[in-house]
Amino acid sequence: MHSIMKTSFAAIVAAGITATVAHADAHALSGDLVIFSDMSNPAPRAVMEGMAERFGAMHPDLNIELTIIDREAYKTQIRNFLTADAPDVANWYAANRMLPYVNAGLFEDVSDIWEGDMSTELASTKGAMTIDGKQYGVPYTYYQWGVYYRKDLMEQFGLSEPITWEEEKANCQTYLDNGIKCYTIGTKFLWTAGGWFDYLNMRTNGYDYHAALTNGQAKWDSAETRATFANWRELIDMGAFIDNHQTYSWQEAMPFMVNGEAASYLMGNFSVAAFREGGLDDSKLDFYQFPEITAGIAKGEDAPTDTFHIPSGASNKDNAKAFLKFVVSADNQTLINNGENLGQLPVNALSAVDDDKFLNEGFDMLSNKAPGGIAQFFDRDAPAEMAAVAMEGFQEFMLFPDNLDDILARLDAAAVDIYAE
Amino acid sequence: MPVSEYDQVKRGWYRRNEIAITPYLFLIPGVFFFAVYVIFPVFQSFNISLYKWDGLGEAEYIGLENYRKLFDDRAFETSLWNNLKWLVLYLLAIPAGLMISLFLNQKITGIRLYKSLFFFPFVISQIVVGLVFSWFYDPTFGLFTKAIALIGLEIKGGVLGNPTAVTYGIIAAGLWPQTAYCMILYLTGLNSVDPEQVEAARLDGAKGWKMLWYVIIPQLKPATFIAFVVTIVGALRSFDLISIMTRGGPFGQSRVLSYYMFEKALSEYGFRMGYGAAIAVVLFMIMLVFIAYFLWSMYQDEKGAH
Amino acid sequence: MFPTPIEKQSRGIQIGYQAMVPVVLIMWLLPLLAVMLFSIKPEADFVSGDYWSLPANLDGLNNYYKVFFESDMPKYMWNSIRITIPTVIGCMILSSMTGFALGVYKFKANLWIFFMFVAGNFVPFQILMIPVRDLTLDIGLYNKVQGLILFHVAFQTGFCTLFMRNFIRALPFELIEAARVEGIAEWRIFWYVVLPLMKPALAAMAVLIFTFIWNDYFWAVVLTQGSEAQPVTAGITSFNAQFRAAYHLMSAGSIVAALPPVAMFFLMQKHFIAGLTLGAVK
Repeated sequence: MHSIMKTSFAAIVAAGITATVAHADAHALSGDLVIFSDMSNPAPRAVMEGMAERFGAMHPDLNIELTIIDREAYKTQIRNFLTADAPDVANWYAANRMLPYVNAGLFEDVSDIWEGDMSTELASTKGAMTIDGKQYGVPYTYYQWGVYYRKDLMEQFGLSEPITWEEEKANCQTYLDNGIKCYTIGTKFLWTAGGWFDYLNMRTNGYDYHAALTNGQAKWDSAETRATFANWRELIDMGAFIDNHQTYSWQEAMPFMVNGEAASYLMGNFSVAAFREGGLDDSKLDFYQFPEITAGIAKGEDAPTDTFHIPSGASNKDNAKAFLKFVVSADNQTLINNGENLGQLPVNALSAVDDDKFLNEGFDMLSNKAPGGIAQFFDRDAPAEMAAVAMEGFQEFMLFPDNLDDILARLDAAAVDIYAE
Repeated sequence: MPVSEYDQVKRGWYRRNEIAITPYLFLIPGVFFFAVYVIFPVFQSFNISLYKWDGLGEAEYIGLENYRKLFDDRAFETSLWNNLKWLVLYLLAIPAGLMISLFLNQKITGIRLYKSLFFFPFVISQIVVGLVFSWFYDPTFGLFTKAIALIGLEIKGGVLGNPTAVTYGIIAAGLWPQTAYCMILYLTGLNSVDPEQVEAARLDGAKGWKMLWYVIIPQLKPATFIAFVVTIVGALRSFDLISIMTRGGPFGQSRVLSYYMFEKALSEYGFRMGYGAAIAVVLFMIMLVFIAYFLWSMYQDEKGAH
Repeated sequence: MFPTPIEKQSRGIQIGYQAMVPVVLIMWLLPLLAVMLFSIKPEADFVSGDYWSLPANLDGLNNYYKVFFESDMPKYMWNSIRITIPTVIGCMILSSMTGFALGVYKFKANLWIFFMFVAGNFVPFQILMIPVRDLTLDIGLYNKVQGLILFHVAFQTGFCTLFMRNFIRALPFELIEAARVEGIAEWRIFWYVVLPLMKPALAAMAVLIFTFIWNDYFWAVVLTQGSEAQPVTAGITSFNAQFRAAYHLMSAGSIVAALPPVAMFFLMQKHFIAGLTLGAVK
């Protein structure tokens, strides 16, 4: 069966030291290369276009055809083009999110790319790209999750970054007493609630329980999961989250923090660009790792990895493989993940992390402060269908915490069906 | 060459049977297209609903298992109930359309323009209607939220964020264009109301509601029938509004069968073609009741005409 | 006429009525007016939470500039045109033929074929979704406007046949009889006798189908992806993918997307209403 290996970040840092610089393929390519990409937001779009351009410059005889599809729409369309009209290269996500396509034989086994140096350079994400011992794509970026907060508000009320759950709640109470919500969130698209569940669950029960639950080995109606929800409920009962979050997308929830009506946001690092655009500079915006809940449990982190794959139906697989090697090469990784481009973390251990407050902090956190393990994200670790029903349950719980028994029973019933396959 | 002889025979045969054959020749392209894209797919869907299939790999025959699962599926139950709400409440478009058409059935300057503007919501896409109403209902700045606040009301979570209110909110959005549609049907119907009958009734002392109920509405029967048909079809086709306004949320409370089917079969997290097909079959069966009724009514008409 | 004509009422009621109609109209169109307002407000107003004031200047017109020149909207609009026009033409061709066959000839299967078209016209889209999507994938037309056109033509043939057949039924049959007596071939009767008489019905139907197809969203989502083939209804949602909820651009985009059917309606109002209400009057 598939395995989502947990990886320690210390391992890759060590691996990086011994690895040698990878050389891009020297010989020029010709023919066609068709790329379908979901990097449709402004910054990622520029990155994707830039990569195609630079790869094209390296291989003047190669005809590159790049199609960028709206990121949300892409998620439903990928299965159409994989079966009908396969490009040579396509974006997707790691871990369980790629499982259906691997099982259906729609993603090409690219283990040969991973042979040799590449395996050590990309050691951090190898587990997430591996199913049954084979690799089915390459990563191009990953990013940390954590609590982004209004530094100025925290200072105003004389608070400091919380380390423990008690401190987290105490800070929150102070905000609430001053008429400010602790957390903004928009759950219209559900996955944001998945982020909260992941962190509460990994802090309450640890990374291994997260893995067991998303793999279907643990029950939803269990003491562990109930403890997670009980912690969540403490915040809900305090009124910590903004009202009407079920009507907002994650973007629509941002103004609450930008306007100072909410103090913090549990989010991925991609939100930094949007915060800055909204007018929060580094004097007002800061980041801390989600605090400890159960003392002594090794902290696990969410760090979703975005990926490139070669569809089995691709017609120019050699060109595609060359492109994948180019994507993960140390230089390209340094470039596309810097603050002016994606503003995320490079997957290649030989790349430099851009000198940006949030990237440094995130890299340090994932390398040194996440001994528990690195998770992809709830909806990438759990099978797609399970993620859909579970995240709907999370949203319901946030609105009606009393429905918990019912929600858990429903999830267990759904799990029986989904994991049986 | 024997061709000309053959040709003559053919033409002769065709000539003799021209009237019998021509309709079939004229029907071939239309019937072919319609069969390939509409008739066969209905049966194919019935077939797919007997399989477990993720749309990617091999399909596995499981008999009626998908239908059995529907019974335990709470999301399906919610969708079914919501469909019922849609069916019943959408019919309000008929009396509402009649009211507006009565209101506008006057001859003043510019009335034609007024009528067209009242009809406006029907012409624009449901996607735009959905966006318009999401903003109208927005819990922070929406005009609707502000308006009900004036009379001291608040809907928790906003209309679209409240699991109880959400379906009604979307139906109301749908009623906007649908009412416009019914209005135009009735405006045309009112044009052909027999003025002599109205006068005769007036002489008998009928007016107001009595006149409307006993004299006008019976004469509007054809318009009412069409309005009923298009409203039922519209209610069961409600997909665009839900997709754009709530995506079935909050936590699936605004789903209807048409949306749930799409979600299960084709959306981001959905890989159950067979299960989706089973939902579609249920929806089709509901529609079939109405289709049978429509056809039966038309059949009665046809018999009357010949 | 019912209700009692206003000119027979007292002067006061007349003035009251004339004042009331525009007021009711504004209330009726209020959600739409709100979008029009949104579409000409600068982004800064939304950031600062000022949703409802009238825009202080004309900077908001920039929104339309952005929609036209800095987004994929023109591509989506062009796709809509490429889908809608051929569909309308295809429907007119097929349904004038089927309508003629079912409206003029008496044969055993007539009513059954007619009922097949009518019934098919009412089926929920979802029962067709999976097979039609598979068919389109199989014939290589997925994510091509041709794929959408073929389906739309086929499906709308149901409605159009109902429409044309009923119209032809109402034509004077003597014309056809007379032509037959003259020994004119049947296809010539279709071409020279019936088709010219069908013109008003075809016009009405064309306007209707144009609106239906332009506003289609479901099939656009099922059979196409991305800006190469998707029509404008699906394209509007792509504004949402940007970093902020771009109310100003979404509104301007919505208005642009809604314009063609609205223009069609106002230009061809008579045909439009004639089409919609066919059958509503005996």
